[in-house]
Amino acid sequence: METINIQKTKAIDQVNTRERVSRLFSRSIKNESKMQALYLALSMIDLTTLEGKDSDGKVKQLCYKASHLHYKHPGLPHVAAICVYPTMVPIAKKELEGTGINVASVATAFPSGMADINAKLDEVKSVVDAGADEVDMVISRGRFLSGDYNYVSDEISQVKDACGKAHLKVILETGELVTLDNVQLASDIAMEAGADFIKTSTGKVSPSATPPVVLTMLEAIRDFQIKTGKKIGMKPAGGIGTAKQAIQYLVMIKETLGDEWLSPNLFRFGASSLANDLLMQIMKQSTGQYQSKDYFSID
Amino acid sequence: MSQRIDIQKTYKLFIGGKFPRTESGRYIKWTDKNETTVVNICRGSRKDFRNAMVSARSASGGWSSRTAYNRAQILYRVGEMLEGRREQFMAELTLQGLTNKQAKNEINQSIDRFIYYAGWADKFQQVFSRVNPVSLPYFNFTLPEATGVVAAIAPDDTSLLGLVSIIAPVIAGGNSIVILASESLPLSSISFAEVLHTSDVPGGVINILTGYRSELIEHFSSHMDVNAIIYCGHNTDDQKLVEINAALNVKHVIQFPIQDWSNDKHQSPYHILKCQETKTTWHPIGF
Repeated sequence: METINIQKTKAIDQVNTRERVSRLFSRSIKNESKMQALYLALSMIDLTTLEGKDSDGKVKQLCYKASHLHYKHPGLPHVAAICVYPTMVPIAKKELEGTGINVASVATAFPSGMADINAKLDEVKSVVDAGADEVDMVISRGRFLSGDYNYVSDEISQVKDACGKAHLKVILETGELVTLDNVQLASDIAMEAGADFIKTSTGKVSPSATPPVVLTMLEAIRDFQIKTGKKIGMKPAGGIGTAKQAIQYLVMIKETLGDEWLSPNLFRFGASSLANDLLMQIMKQSTGQYQSKDYFSID
Repeated sequence: MSQRIDIQKTYKLFIGGKFPRTESGRYIKWTDKNETTVVNICRGSRKDFRNAMVSARSASGGWSSRTAYNRAQILYRVGEMLEGRREQFMAELTLQGLTNKQAKNEINQSIDRFIYYAGWADKFQQVFSRVNPVSLPYFNFTLPEATGVVAAIAPDDTSLLGLVSIIAPVIAGGNSIVILASESLPLSSISFAEVLHTSDVPGGVINILTGYRSELIEHFSSHMDVNAIIYCGHNTDDQKLVEINAALNVKHVIQFPIQDWSNDKHQSPYHILKCQETKTTWHPIGF
């Protein structure tokens, strides 16, 4: 197997990263720009249900929500994708036919990634055959932390081959990577190995997407683009539940990667409760009254 | 030896079990009659109210699902804690214009009111529940349940007793509350929050704001997540505004145009019932 030579580009300055995050996050976004940001954030959501208790009914309901966000407010965008477990892909695919909403499936023994490579590849092939447009894989964190970077890299490129036309998002599970330097290195490995998107977390490990981690990954994407010209997408996931957080992340992308990334093609939010909070904010902006969850469909 | 300077208390808001300053950074200067003591009171904003509503909503489920007996114990505990802080409230109430005798009465009655509602907390549901006769094979019964989050504009004429008389029945019934303290006599409301902080009331069940009625009443009455609104006052424009805004999501509206809360008739299990929903169950039975 071909080995990839990953060079550590630079050491991450943690204090500086935190400082930059807090400066970006304190920016005030109001009125028309806020409304625009809320709409944009809605269109970037990967509406997610990844529970052991998921049923056909739950997935159907989520698919309906994805395409009919709030009947009281016409002209809303739909979310970018639905993210489900492999067994739910056929149902989601059927429910979302003709809506323009993608079906994403987690694969490769999500969330732990503790499985044989062949089992992982079989799983990927089967979800792609079932119609998944996007595949969210997890990296082998144990291998990564023990320094077996080639294994991690090879695994990603094999999964990428198995994906065929489907887009590949690589979950780094940054909550287990301990340091920002590791986050940067894992991002570089994933991008070199063929990831279309890099994603922070599974949502099953705490902490999930934290602002310094997201900024580190965005900077890795920027450096990768400067080096190779390729544009890699970013998906923070887990712990993003409020419109305020979503807008803060939008500011962070714009300042780090520019306007081109302000699109569902290159940026996604992995979330479930975020959609309703964005909707409540949109209704607050347009009616002037603070809203209640009682008047929005269950997410 | 240099002369010692007294340390003044910073009067802050009480939201979600914490004492934040107002997010707006605005203050109201409060002065006593002799203009010797000056206190800065937070001028709460609509965003403070919004934050308090989020806390109240998230605390509401846990509070209403506790056993009624446990709620009774916690209300009793508030009374106990209040008893232990007599001196502080005496000083504040007299500073706000009461005589020693009046202040003592107000404190006594405030404590007693909590003890009174602690007694009712695990009894009102039995008293107000009923079995309804129906001519079908159903066991049909009705019981009161907490309505959820209550927003309240506290009486302006009293610093402590009015506030306590509104809060106690609302939380005895399993609701959470966001209350705007008296505008002209705000000091004891925040000291009362310190009492709550040291009793076992979970954070978010009671949230106390200070500020201007005229600024906040619009938001208190129009917020869609408020299930009931209590207005204490005589201003007919305010009363009308509350009624109109409450119609947005059909809030319960409770008006108390009462000036003197010291009368015993202002404590009643029917006050608990005002912030309750009525649930009727049709349970199938045999012939």
